[in-house]
Amino acid sequence: MTRGRGLLYLLLGIYAALTLGPFLWSLSASFKTVEAVSAWPPTLIPRPFTLENYTYLLEKLPFLRWMFNSLVIAGIVTVANVFLNAMAGYALARLRFPGRKVLFWIIIGTMMIPGQVVIIPVFILLSKLGWIDSYAALTIPFLTSAFGVFMYRQFFLGVPKSLEEAAMLDGMGPFQTFFRIILPLAKPVMAAQAIFMFLGSWNGFMWPAMLLSTPAMYTLPVGLSSFQGQYYTLWNLVMAGTMFVTAPVVVVFIIFQRYFIQGVSTTGIK
Amino acid sequence: MNLDRARAEKLAAFLFLLPILLTLVVFLLGPMLYAFYISFHEFSFMVPKNSKFIFLDNYINLFSDDTFLTALKNTAFYSLGVVPVQMAIAFLLAVCVNSDIKGKTFFRVAFFLPTVTSSVAVSLMFMWMYSKTGIVNYLFSFFGIPAVDWLNNIHFALPALMALAVWTTVGNFMIIYLAGLQEIPKSVYEAADLDGLNAWQRLRFITWPLLKNTTYFVLIMSTIGTFQVFDTFYIITKGDGGPLDSTMTVVLYIFKAAFKHFDMGYASAMAFMLFLVIFGLSIAQRLFFGREEEA
Repeated sequence: MTRGRGLLYLLLGIYAALTLGPFLWSLSASFKTVEAVSAWPPTLIPRPFTLENYTYLLEKLPFLRWMFNSLVIAGIVTVANVFLNAMAGYALARLRFPGRKVLFWIIIGTMMIPGQVVIIPVFILLSKLGWIDSYAALTIPFLTSAFGVFMYRQFFLGVPKSLEEAAMLDGMGPFQTFFRIILPLAKPVMAAQAIFMFLGSWNGFMWPAMLLSTPAMYTLPVGLSSFQGQYYTLWNLVMAGTMFVTAPVVVVFIIFQRYFIQGVSTTGIK
Repeated sequence: MNLDRARAEKLAAFLFLLPILLTLVVFLLGPMLYAFYISFHEFSFMVPKNSKFIFLDNYINLFSDDTFLTALKNTAFYSLGVVPVQMAIAFLLAVCVNSDIKGKTFFRVAFFLPTVTSSVAVSLMFMWMYSKTGIVNYLFSFFGIPAVDWLNNIHFALPALMALAVWTTVGNFMIIYLAGLQEIPKSVYEAADLDGLNAWQRLRFITWPLLKNTTYFVLIMSTIGTFQVFDTFYIITKGDGGPLDSTMTVVLYIFKAAFKHFDMGYASAMAFMLFLVIFGLSIAQRLFFGREEEA
């Protein structure tokens, strides 16, 4: 039994080393000098320890601007999705109106359409609208999500009907009932969805890479990939840049990991 | 009173659903129809009026396009390699993390971290680690394995990207398996203990069969994910699928056709072919699992 346990820890330990290793290795490189990062044999501890890579990036490249762009875009997308999806999910779960079932299936059905099919027409549409290189291109098409609506609907189906009946007796209309009584109950779903949407937007690459062309409008991932092209083998600099994208997410994830894992669980199974 | 209420509910439903319906119609359903339309045309992006209707030519040409066939082959190879490995590791890790051990939260966070990291960051980290003087070659040198320029070698580039894919996605599927495991009642295992089943037998005859629905879900998601792979390939090969098309995937080729060759009709036809392939695979998997259920 104890031997089995030892084996278990060994397996888990090895895999944890495999997942954490690349992060630590990159973090260490970001504090190294050019000579140290290409030294052979490689060492984990940066010696000499330097912050120059970070100061260089901040002075010579618009990393702060890219971070700002990413924050604005991810912020708008997150807030909009958290509320707009909740409203739609509630309507589909609880409000009575003709065509409710059909609409639900249409919305669910759209989840099957792969992004690649619509990339070209959406690109053409957004060019016609003159939205290329603007925040609008990366926010307005992404204000809602069928997946998010589905997640909320499943939650609202489980809320006891007596709450709405009581609200109705108090003279509340459907709007008040939703915003004052029902939505506050959905806080855990809102938290999970906020994290999903924020990460999805913050980390997103395909759409911003296609819809942005002036460096000042880049999001962090797009900026980072363009910057790697210029600083090809200066891995200490490239890894410092990588940390700009990774570190905020890792911190947020560690703080909210409980909601996150719950969120994956509730959506993954149903 | 009641009539007012019914009317108020209809109005609320209309307003609540308006945002999602608008975005879906304008940015998804409409574009899909348009993509279908241009896939039958020799489409000119600059002057859409000059587009020529060529019916199925784009679709037919796909089958004599060597690059497309290579991309399809690479994508299938990639999927066949990545899906089983990532599922097996995800399942094993979930079982381990779900058992009675210390430091569960640590392991869960550690395993999940690659999944929440930006694909660009992951690609750059691996480009460095896979380089000729990188850490991978250093570690392998202890086993007497000669240094390889992983990402620039036509034999190793695709397998190297497959390992990267497993590394990034295992965490996600582990969490889904974990959720499934937590729904298995404890009493099932207590009964197994009474019957004197050992650890392997419990895994084989209880856990695995009870997780069949989860496995089905993971299989579908994993297959779709591998067939739609784009970010890492695009970043690492600069959108080229090199060396010598050895890492050309279908989605990468769609991009190349659309935004480098500006052959958007052809690219759209390719996107629909990919959709059909994924759809067919999903149905095949459904049939396979459905049949098993009856047996």
